[in-house]
Amino acid sequence: MSELIPPFDFQKVVIDTWTNGPFAIYGWGWRVLMGFLVITACGLVGNYLILRRMALIGDAISHSVLAGIAIAFLLTHSLGTLPMMLGALAAGLVTVGLIEFIHRKSRVKQDAAIGIAFTSLFALGVILIHTQMKGTHFDANCVLYGDLMAVGQSLVSVELSPLLAGKLKATGLTGETVLQGNELFLAPGQVLRMAVVTLVVIVLVRLFYKELLVSSFDSALAVSLGINATAIHLGIMSALSIVVVSSFDAVGAILVIAMLILPGATAHLLTQRLPVILWLTVAYALLSSVLGVHLARWIDCNIAAAMVVAGAALFVLAWIFSPIDGPIAKWRARNASVDQDLDGMGESAEPLVS
Amino acid sequence: MRRVLFILLLTAWPALLHAQQAGGVAGEGDHTMGGRFLRLFDLNDTGVSNMRRALLGAVFLGVSCGLLGSFIVVRRMALFGDTLSHAVLPGIMFGFLATGIVLVGAGGVISADDMVRSPLESFGAFWKNSGCSFEFRVEELTKNPVLIFVGATIAGLLGGAVVTFIRRATRLKEDVALGLVLAVFYAVGVVLLTRVQGLGSSEVTGLSGFMFGQAALLTDGDLKLMGAITVFAVGTVAIFYKELLLTSFDNSYAEAAGFPVRAIHYSLILLLAFSVVVALQAVGVVLVSAMLITPAATAYMLTDRMHRMLWLSMGFGIFAGVSGAFMSFFFDAPTGPFMVLGATLVFVVAFLFSPRHGVVTRWLRQYSRAAQVQRENTLKAVYHVLEARDFEGEGVSLRELAERRSETEEDASRLSAELARHHLATLHEDGNQVHLTPEGWQRACEIVRNHRLWELYLTNEAKIAPDHVHDDAEKIEHVLGEEVVRALERTLDHARIDPHGRPIPGLADLQAGLAPEGGPDHILGFGKRL
Repeated sequence: MSELIPPFDFQKVVIDTWTNGPFAIYGWGWRVLMGFLVITACGLVGNYLILRRMALIGDAISHSVLAGIAIAFLLTHSLGTLPMMLGALAAGLVTVGLIEFIHRKSRVKQDAAIGIAFTSLFALGVILIHTQMKGTHFDANCVLYGDLMAVGQSLVSVELSPLLAGKLKATGLTGETVLQGNELFLAPGQVLRMAVVTLVVIVLVRLFYKELLVSSFDSALAVSLGINATAIHLGIMSALSIVVVSSFDAVGAILVIAMLILPGATAHLLTQRLPVILWLTVAYALLSSVLGVHLARWIDCNIAAAMVVAGAALFVLAWIFSPIDGPIAKWRARNASVDQDLDGMGESAEPLVS
Repeated sequence: MRRVLFILLLTAWPALLHAQQAGGVAGEGDHTMGGRFLRLFDLNDTGVSNMRRALLGAVFLGVSCGLLGSFIVVRRMALFGDTLSHAVLPGIMFGFLATGIVLVGAGGVISADDMVRSPLESFGAFWKNSGCSFEFRVEELTKNPVLIFVGATIAGLLGGAVVTFIRRATRLKEDVALGLVLAVFYAVGVVLLTRVQGLGSSEVTGLSGFMFGQAALLTDGDLKLMGAITVFAVGTVAIFYKELLLTSFDNSYAEAAGFPVRAIHYSLILLLAFSVVVALQAVGVVLVSAMLITPAATAYMLTDRMHRMLWLSMGFGIFAGVSGAFMSFFFDAPTGPFMVLGATLVFVVAFLFSPRHGVVTRWLRQYSRAAQVQRENTLKAVYHVLEARDFEGEGVSLRELAERRSETEEDASRLSAELARHHLATLHEDGNQVHLTPEGWQRACEIVRNHRLWELYLTNEAKIAPDHVHDDAEKIEHVLGEEVVRALERTLDHARIDPHGRPIPGLADLQAGLAPEGGPDHILGFGKRL
C-alpha cells in the first residue's frame, strides 16, 4: 500500500509549497489563488442555482459550454478570451433554449430533455476538439479534469520606465523575482482573467442583491415588485456560462459542477441566512483550495480534483456539526424534547389530580 | 414458475463470468478513411476483428441501455442515471488498483488477477503459506474486466445510496444531491486516476478509454462479460416485467396492492448500474447517461405502449451503438461521442417527423388542415351564390364569388384555382367561370348542411338565440363527421329549414350532383327545389 499513498512528508507538502521558490513566479501560490477565485466565482453563482432548484441546469451548461468553445475556435482560429466567452455564452443560452424547446414541443419530460440536450452538445464538442483542435492545449484531459498545474508557468509582465522601476526597487517591497530589470511581473494571464470575472460576479451579486433575493425566494412577489424574472433568469444563465468557461482551463467541464454546487450546499447546511451563506461560500473557497493544493502535493494527483475531494470533506464536516441537519444537533434536539416532555408531564400531572 | 426461471438465470450467470482475457491491440496500417473501410473486409486483419468486437459490444450496450433507460425515463429518473454513470469512476479505479494488491509469501507472489481467475488454487496457496502479507505493486496492475465490473457496480450503488441519504438527512433538494454526488465521486475517481498515471503504470493507457469510450479496445473477456450482464438484465426484466411496469406507472397502487415497491426500486437501480457498466468501455463514463436517456426518450415519443417502447428503445440503442462504432473507426476518434450523436440523430428525426407528436408533422397537419378549411369555405361561397339565384345556371363567375366573399377578384381567382387543383371545380372562359365537379358539389352541400344543422341544433336544443349561432357553426362545419350528422338529423327530426329560414341540403341534394357519367367538363344539373 505504501506505493499508492506515499508517506506524509510535512516538509515537502506543507513547508515547501509555500516557501520553496519565489511566490511570484512558478509558485504554488498562483494555483491556490486560481483555485480560490474559481471556487468563489462558481460558488456565488451556484448559490442562486441551488436556491432556484436549477442545480442540474448548471450541470448541463457546464457540459455544453465545450461545444461553444470548440465552435468559437473553428470560426476564429484563436483561443482568445473574447471568442471563448462569446462561444460559451451562446452555448449556454442555446442549451437553456433547447431544453425548453424539447420539453415544450414534445412529451419528453424536463429531466430527460436536460439529459438529451447537454450530452449531445458535449459529444459534439468532444468530437470537434478531437478532430479539429489537435495541437492546441485543449485536449481530452483538459476537458475531463483541467490543468491547474499549468497555471503559474508563464507570467504577464509590464515594461516600466526606468524611473518608476528604480522607485519601486527603492521601496524594497518587491524582490528580484518580481522586478527583473525594468520588467514588472504581474500574474499569470489566466489568474488575471479569473480575478476580473470573480470581481464582476461579486459586483453583480452586490448590485442586484435584492432582485436576486426576491426572485429566488418568492417569484410572485418579484413579479408584483416589477422585477423582470426572465431577465434575471437569463442573467444568471449568462453569468454561469462565463464563469464556467473562464474556469475551464483550470478545472475542466465536469469538476466545475462540484465548484458550482458544493460551496452552496455546504453553506446551506450551516445557516439559513443568505448573506451568511455568501460569506461562507468565500470561506469555503479559501479552505478547500488551500487544503486541496496540499492534498495534491501529498499524493501527487490532479489539483482540481483534490480541491473537490477536500471540499467534500468540508461538506461532511459541515453536515456533522450542522446546527439544523446535523446528527449532533438532532440528537440534542431529541434529548431536549424528551426532557421537555418529561417536565411537561410533571407539571400537567398536578391539575389533573386536583 | 417465474421464480424458477429467475433462479435458473442466477445460477447460469456466474458460469459466463469466468472469462479469459485475450490480447488484441488496434492494428497499425493504412489510416486513411478508404483504407480503414477496405480493412473491414480483410479477414486476416486484427484491426477488423477489433471492429467486429466493437460492433458486438455496441449491440450489447444498445440492448441493455435501451432496456433500462426506458424504465428510468418513464420513472423520471433520467438524471439519476447521469449521476450513477459518473459515480462509477472511483469503482473502476479501485477495481483496477485491486489488481496491484499481491500476496507475498514463501510460495511466491499471487496477484489479485490470479485470485479471481482461479480462487481455489490461490486461497489454497494462502493457507499453505501462512505468514504471507499483502503488498501493492504498480507493475502488477492489469485491466481485469471482472474486478472492474464489481468495483464499478459497488461504486454506482454507493452513489445512489448517498443521494438517497443526503435527501433524507438534510434539507438539500434532489437536484443538489444528484449534482453533488456526481461531481464528488467523479473527483475521487480523477484523484485516483491521475495518481496511477503519476506512478507510471503501463496499463493505465487502457483506462483513459473509460472516459470517452474506446470500443476498439474491447477484449474477448470484456465481450463475454458484457454479454453475460446483458442476458441477465434482459432476463430479469422479462421475468419481472409486470412488477416493473406497475411500479413505474402507478407506484401508490402497487404499494397498496402489496408489491415490495422499495425492493423493486433498488433492484432496478442495481440493473441500471449493471447496464452502465456494460456500456462503460464503449461509451465512456462521461456519456453513458446519453445512451440511457436518448434512445428511451425517442421511443417514448413514438408509442404509448411500454413493451413497444422497450423494443423501439433497444433498436435505437443498437443503431446508435453500431453507427457510432463505425464512425469512430473511420475518424479514428473515441467511440462514445459518435454513439451519442447517433442517438441524438434518431431523436431529432423522431422529434421532427414522428407521425403523431413530431414538430414538423404537426405543423404540416395544421397547414393542410387550414388549406382544406379554406377550400371548403370557397365551396360554401359558391353554393351560396348558386342558392341566391335559386340554382339557375351552372357556373359562378369570379366577380360573383369575390362579391360573396368580400374579396378582390385576384383572391377569388386564386381560391378557384385551388379548387380546380383538387378536382373540386373546373374553370371555364379563361378561368372566369367556376363550375363545380360532382365531388365539389357534394362537399359544398355537406358543408352547408353541417352549418345549418348545427345552427338549428343550437337554437332548438341548446336554446341559443338564432343570431348567436353562426360563428360557432362556422367552426364546427368542417369537423362534423357523418355519424354525428346522422345523430343530429335524428335529434332534429329531419328538419329541412334552418333557423334563418333557409333550406338544409339533404341526402338527395348531395346525390343530385353526382352525374352518372362524363368527364370533368360534364355539366351538372342541380335538383334543388323545395
